[in-house]
Amino acid sequence: MSFTSLLQAVIDGILTGGVYALMAAGLTLIFGVMNIINIAQGVMVVLGAYLSYALSVHLGIGLLPGLLLTVPAMFVLGVAIEFVFMRRLRESDRTGMSILVTFAVAIVIEGILTEIFGVDYVQLHAAYVDKSVYVFGFYLPYIYLIGFGLAVVLLIALYWLLYRTKFGRAVRASLQNRTAADLIGINVDRTRTISVGIGVAVTAVGGMVFGATNAFNPGSGYDLISRLLAIVILGGMGSIGGAMAAAVFMLVINDVVAVAWSPTWAPLVFFAALVIVLSFRPQGLFGSAAARAQ
Amino acid sequence: MSTAESGRARRWLILAGVAGALAVLAAFPLAVTDPAATSIAVFTLVFMVSTAAWNIFSGYSGYLALGHAVFFGSGGYAVALAARDWHFKGGWDVFALLPFGGLVAAAIAVPIGVIALRTRRHTFVVVTIAIFFIFQLAAFNLSFTGGTSGIELPIAPFPVATYNNPFYYVGLVILVMTIAMSWAVRRSRFGLQLLAIRDDEARARGLGVKTGRIKLAAFVLSAFPIGMVGGLYFYFLGQIFPQFAYDPLFDISLALMAFLGGIGTLVGPVLGAAVLEALQQYLTQSVSGSGTYLIVYGVLFLAVILLLPRGVVPTLTELVKSRRARAADSSTIEEPRDQAVRSVAGAIR
Repeated sequence: MSFTSLLQAVIDGILTGGVYALMAAGLTLIFGVMNIINIAQGVMVVLGAYLSYALSVHLGIGLLPGLLLTVPAMFVLGVAIEFVFMRRLRESDRTGMSILVTFAVAIVIEGILTEIFGVDYVQLHAAYVDKSVYVFGFYLPYIYLIGFGLAVVLLIALYWLLYRTKFGRAVRASLQNRTAADLIGINVDRTRTISVGIGVAVTAVGGMVFGATNAFNPGSGYDLISRLLAIVILGGMGSIGGAMAAAVFMLVINDVVAVAWSPTWAPLVFFAALVIVLSFRPQGLFGSAAARAQ
Repeated sequence: MSTAESGRARRWLILAGVAGALAVLAAFPLAVTDPAATSIAVFTLVFMVSTAAWNIFSGYSGYLALGHAVFFGSGGYAVALAARDWHFKGGWDVFALLPFGGLVAAAIAVPIGVIALRTRRHTFVVVTIAIFFIFQLAAFNLSFTGGTSGIELPIAPFPVATYNNPFYYVGLVILVMTIAMSWAVRRSRFGLQLLAIRDDEARARGLGVKTGRIKLAAFVLSAFPIGMVGGLYFYFLGQIFPQFAYDPLFDISLALMAFLGGIGTLVGPVLGAAVLEALQQYLTQSVSGSGTYLIVYGVLFLAVILLLPRGVVPTLTELVKSRRARAADSSTIEEPRDQAVRSVAGAIR
């Protein structure tokens, strides 16, 4: 193992970490406003990947232009799921029940995908998926760069939406205190619905990049959701900045361990890091102790 | 009818119900001799025990644990390795190893509980998932587990026609033991303290409940029966592989079954497991295509959650209560949610 390969691993970790940050930001946004742990987030990423796959294979629509269709489609799915299932859950045991409901949603989506696409692994292809650019002695696959770029742009857009617009203030208010937000005239239900829509819509982009960098089948969502949950918890649940930092942190560790030790044990470090961090900081790296400690 | 009289009548009714259920369960393999049906019954018993045990911790304390497959798999591996290394012949002798499997699971639960229970509710869920994945990965990659090729258990020399029956009856004994344990916990001061933690942990601690110790004790207690049926399950299958030993679907199934029946009640989780596992086995056999199976299962699951959000047993209990109240023409007063906290306060005073 050389220094160069180690540095290459760090770069890979940062690039993939950006995409994980985007997917995790969606998950933590949903948790933040709804107190809902969306177990289906993983399979939704896979669904996003299959949508891109269907568009490119059957209709000849490229992966990037295809996002103009898949992102709104996933937004609508998120809104529909919030409307039909999530808002029916009672406030008192919502988090526990949400795990079950979203898990059931995940099973249904996985079943539909299995019916349509079968269980064979597929991968997304495009001219820029298989090529790399050579910079300062490192190979950077274009798709990683595109994915990272997209993720950064979308995360900035999300930040702007949450911290610079009236809608964002409404989201943050309902995140802090539902009753108070209600009292000052915020339509909390609508804010929540749209937030869930946004949280799910980002999986279309995450799914496209995930599908281009990994072979996937309908069951790939489980591995993904466990990693995303680890990231979200590590960042402190409900903290979007924390999720981003934790995603990059975890993926860098993951890739460095894969190079320095062995790819087999890389996921172990992923979860071990989570357990160790939480043993010392139960609220996560960026969570505040008081918030959501209940 | 006076209250004392109706209470006594109720106790007799419950006793008769328990005896009847036991008789039906004990007679089942004698009445139904089809091996396909009795093997489904063995699987169902395994899940009934696991869900009842899971409920002792998660149901009573309110902490949702999604990593109990760790105890299932570890109990299975403990029994498999012990049977192999200590040269068990196969037959009734392997059943004697099941308590050992339970002890190993309980021993593993101690450090896991110490670490995971440092965190609260939501975070706890994810920590248990993370620990689960660590175990799964280790089982795949460590040498003593045999990796993906797994470990074979001794073959039991039972007659072919009634091969499933010994497994069934051992499972039934463990089930009775687990339910008795759950009942004893529920009635004890320890159980009240758990319920107090569920209702309001900060207040329970303020009232002098040693929350950390109580939660850990329940966590370890819930691991023991699961380790035992883990051993039983893999002895029944004849082999143990990492993907079956540490199966994420096992984790989520326990929660689902408990919620379906009524989490935190004594019999709810057991009934939920009985219905759901039997249904699942039936669906696997009758619905062709894994995709259709997943869709049917998921949709049923959603329907149950949306129609009976609190589980079957609490919903039925409420129905009976409200009807009785109407019959007596007096409204029952809802039990306050923090009654457990008060009882603990009373016990301490």
